[in-house]
Amino acid sequence: MTGVVLKDIRKSYGQVHVLHGIDLDIREGEFVVFVGPSGCGKSTLLRMIAGLEEITSGDMVIDGQRVNEVPPSKRGIAMVFQSYALYPHMTVYDNMAFGMRIAGESKQEIDRRVRAAADILQLTTYLERLPKALSGGQRQRVAIGRAICRDPKVFLFDEPLSNLDAALRVATRIEIAKLKEQMADTTMIYVTHDQVEAMTLADRIVVLSAGHIEQVGAPLELYERPANLFVAKFIGSPAMNIIPATIRETGPETGLELTGGKTVRVGVATDASQQGRAASFGVRPEDLRLAMDGDYLFEGDISIVEALGEVTLLYIEGLVAGEPIIAKIPGILDVRKGQTMRFTADTAKLHLFDAEGKTYLR
Amino acid sequence: MVGQIVSAVGVMIVGVLACIAYFWLSNKLLDMIFPVRDGDVMAASRSLRRRAIVRPWLFVGPALLVLVVYLVYPVIATLILSFYDRSGTQFVGISNYQWALNDREFRQSIFNNILWLAVVPAACTFFGLVIAVLTDRIWWGNIAKSLVFMPMAISFVGASVIWKFVYDYRAEGETQIGILNAIVQGLGGTPQVWIALPFWNNFFLMAILIWIQTGFAMVILSAALRGIPEETIEAAVIDGANGWQIFWKIMVPQIWGTIAVVWTTITILVLKVFDIVLTMTNGQWNTIVLANLMFDWMFRGGGDSGRSAAIAVIIMLAVTPIMVWNIRRANREMGGH
Repeated sequence: MTGVVLKDIRKSYGQVHVLHGIDLDIREGEFVVFVGPSGCGKSTLLRMIAGLEEITSGDMVIDGQRVNEVPPSKRGIAMVFQSYALYPHMTVYDNMAFGMRIAGESKQEIDRRVRAAADILQLTTYLERLPKALSGGQRQRVAIGRAICRDPKVFLFDEPLSNLDAALRVATRIEIAKLKEQMADTTMIYVTHDQVEAMTLADRIVVLSAGHIEQVGAPLELYERPANLFVAKFIGSPAMNIIPATIRETGPETGLELTGGKTVRVGVATDASQQGRAASFGVRPEDLRLAMDGDYLFEGDISIVEALGEVTLLYIEGLVAGEPIIAKIPGILDVRKGQTMRFTADTAKLHLFDAEGKTYLR
Repeated sequence: MVGQIVSAVGVMIVGVLACIAYFWLSNKLLDMIFPVRDGDVMAASRSLRRRAIVRPWLFVGPALLVLVVYLVYPVIATLILSFYDRSGTQFVGISNYQWALNDREFRQSIFNNILWLAVVPAACTFFGLVIAVLTDRIWWGNIAKSLVFMPMAISFVGASVIWKFVYDYRAEGETQIGILNAIVQGLGGTPQVWIALPFWNNFFLMAILIWIQTGFAMVILSAALRGIPEETIEAAVIDGANGWQIFWKIMVPQIWGTIAVVWTTITILVLKVFDIVLTMTNGQWNTIVLANLMFDWMFRGGGDSGRSAAIAVIIMLAVTPIMVWNIRRANREMGGH
């Protein structure tokens, strides 16, 4: 069992507390992505797993063994850095062989493993080059190759794609996904602020904010059933629309009154104690439809039209002061600025949050 | 006193004004010689082209002139002088060089210079690197670095005077005021006349230059160390390298270019070492080096400008290749990758 278990992990720099008790159980062979805005502590957490940052309190367990005081090289981990961190004075071959040479492996074994890794990553023709003679994508592949050569039980990635251009990022992302398939038993932990990377690569996503775990779950679980406002707004692009309301009717479905007096029914059960409480309801831009006739969710004036061909983004003013509601409608629409339009959505696609931002579960 | 200050300031003002006047007037003159008039486009473009060719020479000219008079001319004159006899009138071919090869003192100088070359650049670079690494992550690192750097601000003669006190020897029975002898005596040893101990006294003199130059090496290498990406060191930590391996296999190779520049810069300085030897021993007790030998033959009773010039040429020949390499290397470092 090469899982990684974090028990009440905390980190502080003097009086500044960066991580406030992280509990997490990562299974062997799982691909877990840490995601969150900058400064949420996701990279610090990864570096603590790697052993590059001291653990202030709590237990870090890798492969059933407490590793708080174990040096990085003895933890069975390998890490790919954002800046690649290749040794600039060594050839690709030597970069990949360095760790094994330090460990005193035999020449044949080193050669076999370097060539195997180079083969997987199509680096065989570049083995004698220095890093400065490689492109960004090739450098990142060398960094991954160096990690593979360590034959790690846990593979750590610290924003490995953020220094690459858009096209290369997609290509490398797919390579990492393939790599994961080839190394099915290896646990991978991946830090990113890019939710597309998180959604496409992860078995489970850990959403962090300000040193706390907001939610842990499979990508679509986070998308469909966010535990709170933060996750609801963080996952999905454009972000979920949040509209303040008051609970007027409780029961298997909840009736809400919006600021303008309009009432809305949400397919979430609430009990009678919630009557009259402040709440907010959320709806994803892609769940909004144009209301042809009859009942509608809300209406508003279109302030901006962004026609992307595949979809049209409509910015609707008038519901929340200073914050337009965004609707993502498939295809090309004939809409002009200033037009007043009505929108609707399935009650099952609406989300309801209490005043503290916690989700009312369905 | 006041009069001197006034006249000095006056000379400075006149000098600066004269420079401005030269550049302004010569530029004006150039525009007048190659005029650009309306109408004739061909003539105008020809004039503009010629102005562009001449103008750099006008501006660089004065500096070039000074350089030729005070640098190029002396080199050539020295070269010529080295083929003449003691009075500088009789051509003697290469006999000054032949003399040098067989002269006991010259051989001693060459030996001592090589000794200096072998020890001082290596020691300065080594200590500079060690101090730079050790002071990198401690809160009082910058204070320590300032202290190590401070001797750089002292002239070689001043430093030598300080170290004369360190090595000072008082006759038996008197109180030893030199710190080195005081320590030796305190430990139960016999005080020594350190600077008169042949062979070893060279190292006591070298210590002075090392004391001065370590600060230089430290500052440059410290900046280079800061330039090493932190992640490469972390990657090496994950790869299992210990502190020693990280230093030698990851850090030193990444700043190797800077180490070479520091090393050669100090090498050039060492080849020209003069003041310390003059102040400490004046070349006595087998501490003579080439620059002091040259000085002795020229000005201090040697009275042989030919031999002196020959020694000067030999020093120059030794310095030039290192200088060229050093400048190229430094340019490459500055140019980036």
